[in-house]
Amino acid sequence: MLAYTIRRILSLIPVLLGLSLIVFFMIRAIPGDPAQIILGQLATKEAVAELTKQLGLDQPWFVQYFTYLGGLFTGDLGESIKTKSAISEEIWPYLAATLELSFCAIAIAIFVGVNAGIISAWYQNSWFDYIAMVLALIGVSMPIFWLGLMEQWVFAINLDWLPTSGREEVRNPISSITNIYMIDTLIQGRFDQLWDVIKHLILPSVALATIPMAIIARITRSSMLEVMRSDYIRTARAKGLRMFWVVYKHSLKNAIIPVLTVIGLQTGLLLGGAILTETVFSWPGMGRYIVDAISARDYPVIQSGILVIAFIFVMINLIVDLLYAAIDPRIKYN
Amino acid sequence: MKKRNGWLLLIVGFILSLVLVGCNSSSTGGESEPEGKKDPGTEEKGSGGTLVFGRGGDSTSLDPAATTEGEAFKVTKNLFETLVNFGEQDTEIEAGLATEWEPSEDGLTHTLKLREGVKFHDGTDFNAEAVVFNLERWKAGNKEQFYYYNSQFGDKIDSVKAVDDYTVEFKLNTPIAPFYKNLAMSPFGIASPAAIEKFGDKFMENPVGTGPFVFKEWKRNDRITIEKYADYWQEGLPKLDSVIFRSIPENSARLNALASGEVDLIDGVNFSDVPQIEGNADLQVFERPTLNVAYLGLTNTRGPIEEKLVRQALNYAVDKKSLIDAFYAGAADPAINPMPPVVAGYNEEIEDYPYDPEKAKELLKEAGYEDGFEMELWAMPVPRPYMPDGQKVAEAIQSNFEAIGVKAKIVTYEWGTYLEKANNGEADSFLLGWTGDNGDADNFLYVLLDEDSIGSNNYTYYKNSKVHELLTKAQASPNQEEREKLYKEAQVIIKDDAPWIPLVHSRPILAGSAGIENFKPHPTGSDLLSNIELK
Repeated sequence: MLAYTIRRILSLIPVLLGLSLIVFFMIRAIPGDPAQIILGQLATKEAVAELTKQLGLDQPWFVQYFTYLGGLFTGDLGESIKTKSAISEEIWPYLAATLELSFCAIAIAIFVGVNAGIISAWYQNSWFDYIAMVLALIGVSMPIFWLGLMEQWVFAINLDWLPTSGREEVRNPISSITNIYMIDTLIQGRFDQLWDVIKHLILPSVALATIPMAIIARITRSSMLEVMRSDYIRTARAKGLRMFWVVYKHSLKNAIIPVLTVIGLQTGLLLGGAILTETVFSWPGMGRYIVDAISARDYPVIQSGILVIAFIFVMINLIVDLLYAAIDPRIKYN
Repeated sequence: MKKRNGWLLLIVGFILSLVLVGCNSSSTGGESEPEGKKDPGTEEKGSGGTLVFGRGGDSTSLDPAATTEGEAFKVTKNLFETLVNFGEQDTEIEAGLATEWEPSEDGLTHTLKLREGVKFHDGTDFNAEAVVFNLERWKAGNKEQFYYYNSQFGDKIDSVKAVDDYTVEFKLNTPIAPFYKNLAMSPFGIASPAAIEKFGDKFMENPVGTGPFVFKEWKRNDRITIEKYADYWQEGLPKLDSVIFRSIPENSARLNALASGEVDLIDGVNFSDVPQIEGNADLQVFERPTLNVAYLGLTNTRGPIEEKLVRQALNYAVDKKSLIDAFYAGAADPAINPMPPVVAGYNEEIEDYPYDPEKAKELLKEAGYEDGFEMELWAMPVPRPYMPDGQKVAEAIQSNFEAIGVKAKIVTYEWGTYLEKANNGEADSFLLGWTGDNGDADNFLYVLLDEDSIGSNNYTYYKNSKVHELLTKAQASPNQEEREKLYKEAQVIIKDDAPWIPLVHSRPILAGSAGIENFKPHPTGSDLLSNIELK
């Protein structure tokens, strides 16, 4: 297992290098002079020349690339053109907001999705199965934007249970330490605020969880159905083992591998794909950070934002790969 | 089978109980929320309370001189003050940090007496030195750094000097007719010299002015908090203890946040939502007096549109009244000239091209386009107060054009690209608009249609030497009556040349909770919140 882990981590090196190369060339693939585009039509020649120098665009590309790569190793993600701050410093609050939201969303998606899939498979062709799978179909095709507004309308305006948007009750602001508010409020022992944070998390997490939840439910169901037809499960059921043990002890371990793959991919998608949810629920996360940077032509931010998300995506899939091997001892890479 | 059903029941029961527990505890949360809404701050400080202002976007900089963005001025208007002010709901000049001002005969020297006893938020004194420091800072910067200083004053200000502690004297190279209107614009808020020196590049995140509110906290893309300035020079102001600006990008979500009580005041309300708000006793609607124009620009250098007759024909083809009814819920007036009637110098005698498709067809025939032609019609991808839904407005205009045989293909781009390409003259016709900065005719006609403005805000590449002569003359004339005459003359020519189809002057909508009193939206779009009271 250890050797496998090391090998998998080593194999990430070319992936990450390739990633940095793609992101690096993205900014250079823009037709025209990036400095001119950033500064706009009215910019003076001196200003363009200065920015060209600041972006290092007057150097040959490989010098630029290695400078950039060197910067990455020391944690230097460049400087935002719009705010003039170091991106490595300003990116964290956005990333923290996105991580908190994605974590809750994926937790909901896994919990509900996997269990719904299991029950559907066990009671195949029952009313529960039909309803769950129809709901899953609706979930996959649900426009998040509309779903988000409907959630607000029902749960915030009509029932007045939950807030419509944002991360906190702004009239009772949270003093941020880590910027992951659930942790911050716990550290400070502010349980009233923790409850506030959770209330703010519910609607956006459910909206964000809908699609992955539906996909996970469908994959779990089909994977479970396959496993449950195998001999050892038939034996276990014939022995009179209770459903709970058959499912959670015997079948799930074999059925979970394809589900894990989907969970890995979906988690990655959540990080970058949360833009609609972030917009509807005014969540100050990475999606809006990058989209705002695109409209402001803030190329260093676009570049670094994409790099960070891609990096996390790769890491999540590394973890998923390691989990395969941990869960199923038959999976070995020699 | 029995056993299985038992399990099923158990699981369903478990899920149900989870849901119920969830509801239960949430509803307790719901009950306790109204208490939260009363705001602990109010009770502690025992006065004005907190106003939460929901708006579409975050600011990028809180240094008013270094930005051009409306979302920034909405905040800085309350942190900084200008030498002279606009009126409460108009753009007439009133005393600000200067109490008296005196232009010389030739309009080249302006002497301003400053208010005494005013202190910046950091405790340093506001005086003539501070004013000179700010002016010199702006003057030293280039156009990328201090855009508004360079566009409104630039090299026209020769020098500024402190005559004594509370008197400053401006020397100009050429007269600037809207000199005081320019000075009243948010970008020219006077900042604390000590703070500028202390924070340097980071001043934009640590703004220090003399305004009624003090900057407290900024969480980017989320909220900006400002608090009452205890030593504010105007007795009894501000009435609020603090204001929190929240960015809620989606219009419907912002209205939802207002309806649920999370925010007290919102801007950027969809015109179509007005009836819903009016039907809710807890809410009220505010109309911002208009200082804008929405138009369809006809790029004067492209294809058939190069011909005046064709541009006039297109003007006859558009049914503005239907546009207003369909997309502005009546909160707009048809635009005849490139600026709204409140601007001094507006020519009331000009009549609009009436909606007359037959006349339009005749003109097209006369121009040799009897069978019509094909063109692109660009639709704005973002909503603006003057253009609530670019796509739908474009579709309506498209069908108007269709009726006279002109086939318009609707095109749209991401906003930055849209502006860039339109500015390069790549659009045949494009939707756009403008909100005035200072209510002067110069800020509409010269900025949007003078040949000097091609490459900046004259997107249609309209060029007429007579118009240029009139506009530049009006710009330098110290005599207001003469200026108005010149602007009126220019509008006649512009109307005939038809570089645009002026569409509407809208009254942007804001909404607030019923308890808000004394809120008077300002036509420029940046509101001073010091008079607001929460009941």
